[in-house]
Amino acid sequence: MSIPILKTHGRPQKALELNLPLLTDFLVAFLQDEVTRRKGFKTVIVALSGGVDSAVTAYLAARAFGPEQVIALKMPYKTSTPDSLAHADLVISRLGLREDTVDISDAVDGYAALVPGMTHHRKGNVMARMRMIVAFDKSEEYNAISLGTGNKTERMFGYYTWHDVADASPVNPLGDLFKTQVFALARYLGVPDEILQKPPSADLIPGQSDEDDLGISYERADTILIHHMAGYEDAYIETLGFSHDEIALVKRKVARTHWKRKLPINAVVSSTAINEFYLRPVDY
Amino acid sequence: MIKHALIQFKPYKAQLEKNKAQLIALFKALKDEGVDVITLPETCLSGYFLEAGVREEALSATEVSVLLQDCLNAASWTQPVDICLGFYERFNDDFFNSALYAEFNTTQAGIKHVHRKVFLPTYGVFDEARFVSRGKELNAFHTRFGQAGILICEDAWHTSSAAILALKGADILYIPTASPARDLNSNAPGNAERWRATSVGIAAEHGVFVLTTCLVGFEGGKGFSGYSSIVDPYGSVIAEAPLFHEHVVITDVHLEAIQVARYENPLLSDLQANLADLQQAFAETNGRVKA
Repeated sequence: MSIPILKTHGRPQKALELNLPLLTDFLVAFLQDEVTRRKGFKTVIVALSGGVDSAVTAYLAARAFGPEQVIALKMPYKTSTPDSLAHADLVISRLGLREDTVDISDAVDGYAALVPGMTHHRKGNVMARMRMIVAFDKSEEYNAISLGTGNKTERMFGYYTWHDVADASPVNPLGDLFKTQVFALARYLGVPDEILQKPPSADLIPGQSDEDDLGISYERADTILIHHMAGYEDAYIETLGFSHDEIALVKRKVARTHWKRKLPINAVVSSTAINEFYLRPVDY
Repeated sequence: MIKHALIQFKPYKAQLEKNKAQLIALFKALKDEGVDVITLPETCLSGYFLEAGVREEALSATEVSVLLQDCLNAASWTQPVDICLGFYERFNDDFFNSALYAEFNTTQAGIKHVHRKVFLPTYGVFDEARFVSRGKELNAFHTRFGQAGILICEDAWHTSSAAILALKGADILYIPTASPARDLNSNAPGNAERWRATSVGIAAEHGVFVLTTCLVGFEGGKGFSGYSSIVDPYGSVIAEAPLFHEHVVITDVHLEAIQVARYENPLLSDLQANLADLQQAFAETNGRVKA
């Protein structure tokens, strides 16, 4: 018999690949609606770390508001790698953004001197939150809104400092994009190769790398996450080529950090408790 | 021939006066186009995600009708025109996600029909059943152009809803929607592609015109997809609006095409012929999905 036979495995899978021109149009419209139409601001601040998340945010903001309305805010600490500043400068010059720099070393060290026993970990948190304080203050100075830059992978893993500059901002275009999707968008938008090719790092501790911290690559983590979040069971995810240990690692990080994706808990004592009984949307 | 203007509209959240001003500006722009029927999306006077704010923003159908007449007057639109639009409705001390069809500037002007959404999405990003009550009726109605029906958003995702309205004689189905874009993996977001397939499927199955008018704009990060369309009784898309952005589509609807399409594909009359057996089969399910 010579009848053609088509065989497929028919296994449903969630795709990380996105229509990048469509996504860009969507995110630019999002920024324009949420920042200008709803909140009435024309200017935004993007805290540029030299990494891919803030670079993509700056590229989107430049499209949404024009480069002259985007203030790139650099906030180095004395141990930040020189590459971080150089790569932020690369984004600024490529896009023609306005810029401002606040070195946070004295502010962080001033606080550190007041508290004995400061660890690398605590100091990293202080740096992250000091950048948040500066970004809010600069928002006042420029009559602007500071854009968040946190991605979905780090949000799901809780892999960030709560209320840091990437987290604590009123508008964030990347919060529903996994890290691998941010990289794909970065390539589409033309983010410089120097930023795309270096290993992602919070740069809070010398030599730090995200994937070393997490114990899994972003690509593998994101595929597990997208299926786990959609409701696929572990046994099914294993059939996609993942080990029990990898899946357990991802689920453990998610399970420990649900609190970090919510507003702080308030004791509910009435039938008008805010966000419990009194329900109004954020843009009401 | 009925000239329709589908307005893919972006409201300001809970700001009726601003939305009214937007409508006046649109009506001014359209008033010399010879439009017979204007369609607007679901919840277009307030925005979609209101949570308990529905209680503060809901209007009666009469209030909406008066508001629309005010807008037409302000735009100096004196010619006859019909309008179909979605709004949160206050009715009999209760709240509904509704759509009305009303006629203006004619001797028989007035509200011709109010449809109250039957299928209230309450899953994932949606929470409608918590804040509005469920409509219970699906009825066709007379307009000065013929028989029409209204389905609101998820109403149309159930094949039985459109079938009922077609069986009741609707030749045109107006479908106001508010569909948040998600799954941007393909040419259009997954929900928008699903909407297109749904509109085409309804039109082709029943030999009716389907006018899907979609909300756009962002509400708390959720971006409504747009992609409004007019589909003819063969299931061909006559015209469509773009994704995500405000747009007006003006197109003629030729009801003459219905009898030709139904002659070629007499699925609606087949459905009528088999209706008694189908009703029996529906009854045998006792409203339950078998395990």
